[in-house]
Amino acid sequence: MSTMPLYEEAAGRRRAPLRRLVSGLEPYLYIAPSVVLIAVIMLVPLTIGLSYAFRDMQLINPFSGGFVGLEHFRTLWTDAAFWLSMRNTLVWTLASVVLQFAFGLVLALLLNNSFPGRGVIQALVFLPWAVPTFLSGLNWAWLFNPVVGPLPHWMAALGILPAPENILSDPHLAIWGPIVANVWWGIPFFAITLLAALQSIPQDIYEAAAIDGAGAWRRFIDITLPFLAPTIAITVMLRTIWIANFADLIIVMTNGGPADQTQIVSSYIFTQAFRRLDFGYASAIAMVLLGLLLAYSFVIILMRQSLLRR
Amino acid sequence: MTSSARSTPYWILHYGLLALYVAFALFPLYWLLKVSVTPNNLLYSEGIRLWPSRSSLAHYTFVLAHSDFPLFFKNSLIVSGSTAATVTLIAALSGYAMSRFDFRGKMWLVGLMLITQMFPLVMLVAPIFKLFSPLGLTNSLTGLVIVYTAFNVPFATFLMQSFFDGIPKDLEEAAMIDGASRFRAFRQIILPLTLPGIAATLGFVFTAAWSELLFALMLVSKADASTFPVGLLSFVSKFSVDFGQMMAAGILALIPACLFFLLIQRYLVRGLTAGAVKG
Repeated sequence: MSTMPLYEEAAGRRRAPLRRLVSGLEPYLYIAPSVVLIAVIMLVPLTIGLSYAFRDMQLINPFSGGFVGLEHFRTLWTDAAFWLSMRNTLVWTLASVVLQFAFGLVLALLLNNSFPGRGVIQALVFLPWAVPTFLSGLNWAWLFNPVVGPLPHWMAALGILPAPENILSDPHLAIWGPIVANVWWGIPFFAITLLAALQSIPQDIYEAAAIDGAGAWRRFIDITLPFLAPTIAITVMLRTIWIANFADLIIVMTNGGPADQTQIVSSYIFTQAFRRLDFGYASAIAMVLLGLLLAYSFVIILMRQSLLRR
Repeated sequence: MTSSARSTPYWILHYGLLALYVAFALFPLYWLLKVSVTPNNLLYSEGIRLWPSRSSLAHYTFVLAHSDFPLFFKNSLIVSGSTAATVTLIAALSGYAMSRFDFRGKMWLVGLMLITQMFPLVMLVAPIFKLFSPLGLTNSLTGLVIVYTAFNVPFATFLMQSFFDGIPKDLEEAAMIDGASRFRAFRQIILPLTLPGIAATLGFVFTAAWSELLFALMLVSKADASTFPVGLLSFVSKFSVDFGQMMAAGILALIPACLFFLLIQRYLVRGLTAGAVKG
C-alpha cells in the first residue's frame, strides 16, 4: 500500500527473514531433547566403550587404563568360553525365534476370527508379555525346580526325564530352560504384530476368492501369506537381533551355568563387566557381537533387495 | 471370513487350540499364586497339588511388614513413573516433528533411532558406569531414570509419530490461520486428540522400566536405591529357601505391570504394529 509509513515497511522486510529462520528452526527445537539425550546417554558411551576394547580397563585396579592394542582380541580368539557362548547364542536365538514365530502365527490366525469371548481370550493370551522379564525368568526357574515346581515331576511321569531333576542344572538340557521361558514370554509379541497385519488385509479379496471357489488352504497360501510377508520379514529380522542381545532370562535363570553351558555372548559380556569388573575385555567381546549383528543386518538387507528386484 | 461359514468341527478345534494356549499362558502365573498362598509346612508335602489344602496370606504379611520389598516397590514406582512421564513428553515432541515437518537431516534421525534399537545395550553397561560414577549417578534413582529415558525415547518416538499421523493436518492448520502459534495448536488441539497414544506410550515405557534388570544391577549396589528386580534377585540369592515369600513378592511385582497392561490392552494391536513396522 502506498500510504504505508516507511518504517513499517522496513520492519516488515526485517521480520520476514527472522520469521523464516524461526520456522526453519522449529522442527529442530521439537527433536532437540531426544537427540541430545540419545547422543549423551547412548552414542558417547558407545564410543567410549569401543575405545575400552583396546585398553586395559579393570574397575578394581586404579592403575589400569593403559593402551593394550589387540591384546583382548588375541585372548578372545583362544577363549573356549567365548566360542561356547557363540554356539549357545545360535541355539538360543534360532530356537527362540522359530518357536515364538510358529506359535505366534497360529495364535494370530486363531484370533483373527470373530467369535464369542474373543476380547477376554485376547487379553489373557497376551498377558505373559506384560510380565516383567526378570519375573518370567524366576517363575520358570521355580517351575523347573523339583522342590517347588511341578514340571520335573510331570516330565519324569511322562518318561521325558529319567528322574524328577532340575533341567537347569543339567549341562545338556539347561539351555532349554531359558528358551522355554523366552518362548512363553515372546509369543504374544509375534501374535500381536501378525494379528495387526492380518486385520489390515482387505476382506473383499477373501470374498472374491471364495466366490471363485478357492478353498481355505489356497486362500491362506495365495492371499494371507503374501500380505503378511513384509511384516514377517521385518519382525523376524528385528526380533532375531533383539533376542540375540537378550541376556536377562539367562542371567536370572542359570547365570550362564552350569559350566558356561547356557552362556550366550551378551550374558558373557555382562558377566565380564559385572562380576569380574573387567570392562576392557567385556568391551572387546561387545565389539565382536556388534560386528556380527551388523553383518547379519547387512546380509538380510542384501537378500531383501535381491528378492525385491526379482 | 464370516464365522457362519465355518463348520462345527472347525470351531471345536479352534476353541480347543485356544484353550490349550490359554492354559500354557496362565499356568506359570497360577503356580506363582498357588505357592505364594501355601503355608510353609505344606510346601513340600503338597508340592505338586494344584491347590493347597489350606491357604494363608502369611507370606504376604511377612513380605510387606518385615522385608525391604515395600522400599523396592516404592523405588521401582518412582523410577518407572518418572521415566514414563519424561519419555512421553520428549517423544511427543519428537514424534510430532517426525509426523508434521519435513526437515533436513530427518532421514539421519530415523537412521539414528533405528540403530539404537539394534545394537546390544549391554555394550553400554561398563562405559555408563564409568561416566555416572564420578557424577554421583550410581546408586541413585535419578541415574536410572536418565538411562531408561534415553533407551526408551526412540521406540516411543515412532509410536507417538504413528498416532500423530492418524490426526488430520487441517486441524492445526485451521488454528494457525486463526493466529495461534504452531506450538499452541500442538498443545491445545493435537495433544488432547492423541490421549490414547499418550496412554499407550506411558504404558509401554512404564512396563519396560519396571522390568529392566541389567543396568539396575550394575548401577545400584545399595538396598535403598534398589529397584524391584534387583531386590528380588538379591533376595533369591540370599534366602533361596523361602519360596513362599519370594513368590508373594513376585505376585506383588506383577500388579502394577498387569494394571498398566489392562489399561493399554485395547491399543496394543494398533500401537505395536506402528512401532514394529517402523522401529
